[in-house]
Amino acid sequence: MEKIFDVMILGAGAAGLSAGIYTSRGKLDTLILSEGITGGQMVLTNEIANYPGVETIKGYELVAIMKRQAKGFGCSMKANVKIRNYHLNEEVKSVELEDGRVFRAKAVILAPGGRPRSLDIPGEKEFEGRGISYCATCDADFFRDKRLVVVGGGNSALEEAVTLTHFASHVTIVHQFDHFQAFAHAVEEAEKNPKISFILESELRAYVGGEKLEKVKIENLKTGEMQELETDGVFVFIGYQPNTNAFRGLVETNDRGEIVVDPSMKTSIPGVFAAGDSIAKRYRQVTTAVSDGTIAALSAAEFIRS
Amino acid sequence: MNYLRTNIQEIESAEELQKVISENENVMVCCGRMGPMCIPVYEIMEELEEEYENVKFFSMGFDNPESVVIRNAPECRGFMGLPFTMYYKNGKVARATTSIQNMEQVKQHLDNHLV
Repeated sequence: MEKIFDVMILGAGAAGLSAGIYTSRGKLDTLILSEGITGGQMVLTNEIANYPGVETIKGYELVAIMKRQAKGFGCSMKANVKIRNYHLNEEVKSVELEDGRVFRAKAVILAPGGRPRSLDIPGEKEFEGRGISYCATCDADFFRDKRLVVVGGGNSALEEAVTLTHFASHVTIVHQFDHFQAFAHAVEEAEKNPKISFILESELRAYVGGEKLEKVKIENLKTGEMQELETDGVFVFIGYQPNTNAFRGLVETNDRGEIVVDPSMKTSIPGVFAAGDSIAKRYRQVTTAVSDGTIAALSAAEFIRS
Repeated sequence: MNYLRTNIQEIESAEELQKVISENENVMVCCGRMGPMCIPVYEIMEELEEEYENVKFFSMGFDNPESVVIRNAPECRGFMGLPFTMYYKNGKVARATTSIQNMEQVKQHLDNHLV
């Protein structure tokens, strides 16, 4: 009989790592399996300045500490795996990897997190890294004195658009509504920036270019009229979506695909808990993910011992 | 001087890079920063080190002036996303990629170009 872990955590972002720290410190034999990178979206955050107890820290540094803590308490970790099948309803739960390996556990914590939403339009794959970017901190300096398009109307889109004007010659913000969801101060700052112009009630329909991106096709949602806009780059900030496709139909999810949990992070399946950005909740912060992970870990421990 | 903080050995000069690719048949070099698009690639390389014993894995700082040999490589023309990842076979560039890559993509490049 192959090894049965006490707890298997699927996901290694703030929620998964926190859960791993708690369960392994509680002497539960714990495995963290992650289809993505360790740290999840914390890695995407350049500077974290509102994590209590730490004045300011780079996202990847906070990840490195959490990973060290989990490993230090004896937690096993495997990142970048590909999971083929989930068997969550049985008493001993298991997941099967693409390479045939099977891992078993008495309790499972789902912490798959979320990912930046992409537009899913023609040219996207072709021009990723050749004009399309999701990270201003990473790629802004490739666009010195170039024309840029920023897609989105939330805080990230407007704040990053302003940041990008420090590099680009001009930034056009394309947004699907006639108003912005961002905070008033972010909107005001973008509106008074002479390098920023706006195309509202419009959506990108295609990326066009040769070796690199040269223009975008934009549809006016009110009139249906199409226009082409020459640009050297497009930065996309249109929010996040939960990584829960694999769990739909297995555990209860809402119409946004978020996993439904009770206050102790129990899902609709006994012994299966969920935590972090993938659950149905209002606020998504590193601190709330850490909190969810902690609660899920303590609930899983209680489930195993009862 | 080190520009990165990863568990992958960092190449510090153009001369060192030349030496590494001339002395090893298969070399993968990820040239980037400590940023969200680069860190995943370093982590993947770290995980593949055991599996791909025939490949030597290195990083190089994008902000290191010496990495101009990668930044200005003809194979990287049109690249506008970090990191720039190079796959060298017998001292020559066999493949170069721009921006973040997942495990599947990296394995595919290793299997197709650094056999």
